[in-house]
Amino acid sequence: MSAELVDILLQYLKAFIVGGGICLIAQIIINYTDLTAGKILVYFMLAGVVLTAIGVYQPLVEFAGAGATVPISGFGYLLAQGAIKGAEKGFFSAITGSLAAASAGVTAAVVFAFIMSILFKSRTKRN
Amino acid sequence: MTGKSRDNYNENYLNYVKTQDPPTQHLKNCAAAFGVGGLICCIGQFIRYSFEFAGFSGDELAGLTSVVLIFLGCLLTGLGVYDRIGRYAGAGSIVPITGFANSVTSPAIEFKTEGWIYGMAAKMFTVAGAIIVFGVFSGVLVGLVYLFI
Amino acid sequence: MKKGNTVFFKKPPVITSFAAVCGSKESEGVLGEFADITLVDDMYGESTYEKAECKMLSSAIALAIEKGGLEEKDIDVLMSGDLLNQIISASFAARDFNFPFLGVYSACSTMSETLLLGAMLINAGYVKRAVAATGSHFASAERQYRYPLELGCTRPPQAQWTVTGAGGCVISDKGNGIKIVNGTMGKVCDFGVTDVNNMGAAMAPAAADTIMQHFKDTGTDADDYDLILTGDLGALGSRILKDLTWEKGYDISPKHVDCGEMVYKVIEKEFQGGSGAGCSATILNSYIFTKMNAGLYKRVLFAATGALLSTVSSQQGESIPCISHAVQLEV
Repeated sequence: MSAELVDILLQYLKAFIVGGGICLIAQIIINYTDLTAGKILVYFMLAGVVLTAIGVYQPLVEFAGAGATVPISGFGYLLAQGAIKGAEKGFFSAITGSLAAASAGVTAAVVFAFIMSILFKSRTKRN
Repeated sequence: MTGKSRDNYNENYLNYVKTQDPPTQHLKNCAAAFGVGGLICCIGQFIRYSFEFAGFSGDELAGLTSVVLIFLGCLLTGLGVYDRIGRYAGAGSIVPITGFANSVTSPAIEFKTEGWIYGMAAKMFTVAGAIIVFGVFSGVLVGLVYLFI
Repeated sequence: MKKGNTVFFKKPPVITSFAAVCGSKESEGVLGEFADITLVDDMYGESTYEKAECKMLSSAIALAIEKGGLEEKDIDVLMSGDLLNQIISASFAARDFNFPFLGVYSACSTMSETLLLGAMLINAGYVKRAVAATGSHFASAERQYRYPLELGCTRPPQAQWTVTGAGGCVISDKGNGIKIVNGTMGKVCDFGVTDVNNMGAAMAPAAADTIMQHFKDTGTDADDYDLILTGDLGALGSRILKDLTWEKGYDISPKHVDCGEMVYKVIEKEFQGGSGAGCSATILNSYIFTKMNAGLYKRVLFAATGALLSTVSSQQGESIPCISHAVQLEV
């Protein structure tokens, strides 16, 4: 096996463990409290923002790749990262930087949700 | 509220109800959340590698990866598959970015019966709106803090 | 005559005919055999779930009238309610009929409240025939009280499943059928349960209060009944109800059956069982009345329970006030 392939497989393993671990923490919180899905999403996003601001999340992203960027805390990382980069340019960019960095995700969510709502309708559930 | 109803609160009863609660299956829940959450992240990693191979890099690469994941989340929601995954995996499908896509798409599909403007569009962010609000607000705070230190 | 909270009917009103409509999931259980209409498609050929719920309710009313060999002009009043905001299903179903309508809201205990009110009106001599009906739909209840249907969230183990179905019956001042002998008006009970997923625990005290009040007012005990039927407490709520009545010296467990527990074939997947106004309405207006007419049960105490909450009150952190009304049915 070439060293490059080992690297790639190792990266998948890291993504799996870190990403799964973040979800595991969320599940444990859900099990022991009565937090709903919406609250969990907000708290994890805020955790991502705070951890990025104090410089903890960046090393995690470098270590785990998608394992740290795919969970919603990665969305917080994106926002905070945008703000930090914007702050280097000046006052205006410091304020607009966060949403500009997250614009791809928000735009995609709005556009695809719009398309899906045209194509599909909600179904009643049997179980 | 007169406050009178508070007198009827029965601590004994509430404690008794807690003892009657059916047990949460911690191990099964956690294993499902870990497995599915990890798997979604691996799919993200795969998409990332694919775009990297196609010659993208930097912010564009990260953006495209999340766009594709959000598309998958929206599509599975529309097909009525994502809520099944969610019932099984719990946080494993809520926390990844696909869960964010699900929370945007599901009210959009659900409330289009109330019209396109006040139904579909206005209700689209009933769940996910909070993420945008707190995200933007905390982002601005972080930006200002970094500006002045 | 009234004693305590119980009204006794001098000339007991009679339930002459009844009908029930149920959804496809419900038809797999006991309702499949006893309901008059079982839907294959839960949309019932309509464009929205609210319209489907309304159509189910109006089908149940029309069928109950038809099965009794009656016509619209024979009916003096319709009493109905449902779970949706401003009881739209009931009011919209009522516009299909050419008789007066009295809207009633009592959440999932609407069936027993309409039976009780109808019997009171008839016994007082104001009307000759009344229709009592109610219904609910899983999808419309879910989108009003909980989340969009496609949102991928987990159901906690205390949760119940709203029954898709509607039931109605014609109460008459004379004729053959099931007699409504007396009825107990319930008090609102609130023991401070705030968990909206744990309806069984919230409603059990109301059911216990009404059932024990009924025993006290009528001088009966659990042994005097063939069946004590509660609405939608589910498995957890039923256990709590038995404990609560046991504590006060009544042993109802050999006679107690809960509609929510019996409505679905496999209870594990629905966790605690069925709920909703349609739960007790469908079971009562199909299985129970059929069996009573066949002579299997002679004396039934029907006490449906309702949780009087709204999404606003629960988001503001209020606890859940609950109510239960009981009617005693005899053949």
